Amino acid sequence: MIKIEGIAASAGVAIAPAFKLEHPDYTVHERQVSDTAAEIAKLNDALEKSKTELEAIKERTLQELGAKKAEIFESHLLILNDPELISPVEDKITNEGVNAEFALNETAAQFISMFENMKSAYLQERAADMRDVTKRVLTHLLGLTYVNPAEINTEVIVIAEDLTPSDTAQLNRKYVKGFTTNIGGRTSHSAIMARSLEIPAVVGTKEVLEQVNSGDLVIVDGLDGKVIINPTEELVQQYKNKQEKYLAQRDEWRKLRDLPTVSLDGVHVELAVNIGTPNDVAGVVDNGGEGVGLYRTEFLYMGRDKLPTEEIQFNAYKTVLEKMEGKPVVVRTLDIGGDKELPYLDLPKEMNPFLGFRAVRLCLERTDIFRTQLRALLRASVYGNLRIMFPMIATLDEFRQAKALLLEEKAKLTSEGVEVSEDIQLGIMVEIPSTAVMADQFAKEVDFFSIGTNDLIQYTMAADRMNERVSYLYQPYNPAILRLVKMVIDAAHKEGKWAGMCGEMAGDSTAIPLLLGLGLDEFSMSATSILPARSQIAKLSKAEMQELASKALAMQTAAQVVELVKSIDA
Amino acid sequence: MEKTFRIIDEDGIHARPATALVNTANKFKGVESFAEAKGKKVTLKSILGVLSLGLEKGDTITLSATGEGEAEVIQALSDVMVNEGLGEAV
Repeated sequence: MIKIEGIAASAGVAIAPAFKLEHPDYTVHERQVSDTAAEIAKLNDALEKSKTELEAIKERTLQELGAKKAEIFESHLLILNDPELISPVEDKITNEGVNAEFALNETAAQFISMFENMKSAYLQERAADMRDVTKRVLTHLLGLTYVNPAEINTEVIVIAEDLTPSDTAQLNRKYVKGFTTNIGGRTSHSAIMARSLEIPAVVGTKEVLEQVNSGDLVIVDGLDGKVIINPTEELVQQYKNKQEKYLAQRDEWRKLRDLPTVSLDGVHVELAVNIGTPNDVAGVVDNGGEGVGLYRTEFLYMGRDKLPTEEIQFNAYKTVLEKMEGKPVVVRTLDIGGDKELPYLDLPKEMNPFLGFRAVRLCLERTDIFRTQLRALLRASVYGNLRIMFPMIATLDEFRQAKALLLEEKAKLTSEGVEVSEDIQLGIMVEIPSTAVMADQFAKEVDFFSIGTNDLIQYTMAADRMNERVSYLYQPYNPAILRLVKMVIDAAHKEGKWAGMCGEMAGDSTAIPLLLGLGLDEFSMSATSILPARSQIAKLSKAEMQELASKALAMQTAAQVVELVKSIDA
Repeated sequence: MEKTFRIIDEDGIHARPATALVNTANKFKGVESFAEAKGKKVTLKSILGVLSLGLEKGDTITLSATGEGEAEVIQALSDVMVNEGLGEAV
């Protein structure tokens, strides 16, 4: 038995005999040819055959996986029609009198190395497309036969050095139970395809192809990124159980995707998603998120050498709002400074960055930066259901100042004739204990609260969450934290406002029963936590959780609270 | 005729929009069109050329065309830039 670790690329468990998918030997030798015209004809013939194949693969992908996944083959076809590739190959044949496969291989190698040397990880991976296309043409030029993955007709786990996009597209779900490769990462084509085909996959194992023989029994654990070759009976049974459990859970979650989140006793709460870029909206939709509970706008400011313009920001906000189709989107204004640095702002180093000049503190001083963001948000507001949230609010004065700036920009835009939504909710993050304690006063002026537990916990416990030696003090279940959370929720409800949470605690299965009991209205978490959380809440009665929460509030330690929550499972 | 854009797509110019640009340029047989960025100029009729520019978010790209109907080509290419969420005119 051999166990290999890799990267979990597509969820699920598969158990089946190994099928080694090895490409034939594409080694190309240089030859001199006398009839260069015939050689060019040979090249064109191979190109035409390759294009015909690609058209068929594109069509098949379009049928099975949709237009988006088929696009990659559209770009492969363009590469085969690309004058920048074909002309140099033909020139090489004509001028140097070399064979077509050599000319093609040499020219393609230049493009492959060009892509490999690019800065962007995305473009580096395009080297794989170039290799894929080249191999396809070489197969015809060299007269090779290649076992097409589409021809597999027994249940197998495919083992390969790497799977090209065209290999992956041809995997027949009926027979290919899973696959594992030596190279690749979570964003390689094969991984993305595996997730859409729902085939469990582990990539980047470095050595699986060398360790396995065709026919060996193999377990692919796409949940934890493990591959086991020739497992014991006992282990097979264990993984069969894991597989069943996963499938049952997946089916249950899938049913929940388009349903609202409702507790056993019929109370609706909202499950929203934390996002960082417009691209993350796809994950919100895929996982059935009921809104965006936290859009961290910092990413717009990072990774560039100057502040993002109003236009760049407007486009990002508009995209998110449009893609969410009227579902609420809570945008947090710039939370930078402290540990999240922007080199171009040239801020002085601080002794205590978490207690320093950051977020709204910075925005209220650098109003130029803040106003640009507010204008972009206001202009985008007509494209969806926008809610604006200020981070790191410690006093009512800060909130009032920030709100005044927002109203000023709104008035300016209106006088310029720019349309601005009249229904923008305005709220604050509650992450500083002073604000939690004064929540009753804040609730009179804000439209909502969103509790940022990561910071609220570290500020309440006075323990730096980056410092491992005091990490034991990071206690989400400490009754002190629960009491603060309760104060915030109660204060909101007393004024007819809503309270949400966007820290890690909101998606935590131990915290969820307590938060439901405390009356939290909105839970914002990572996209992949949505369905498990919805499934959990469906099994909990809010009335019972209220009792649980009031017991928890009266406890002495975090450990007691955890034990209490565990007791409801038993 | 030319027009300059700033890339706003998080992923820069990746395969899908590059494919759309090249397909659009190819529709106009009689007009040569080019993309210029970071001091490098490539024909827009080559996907490898367009990808070789290695454009990332925040970079600028100048699209140009020469020949009869160049305005129409630039318009069609601008539409792709905007509709694909790829860039904004600067």
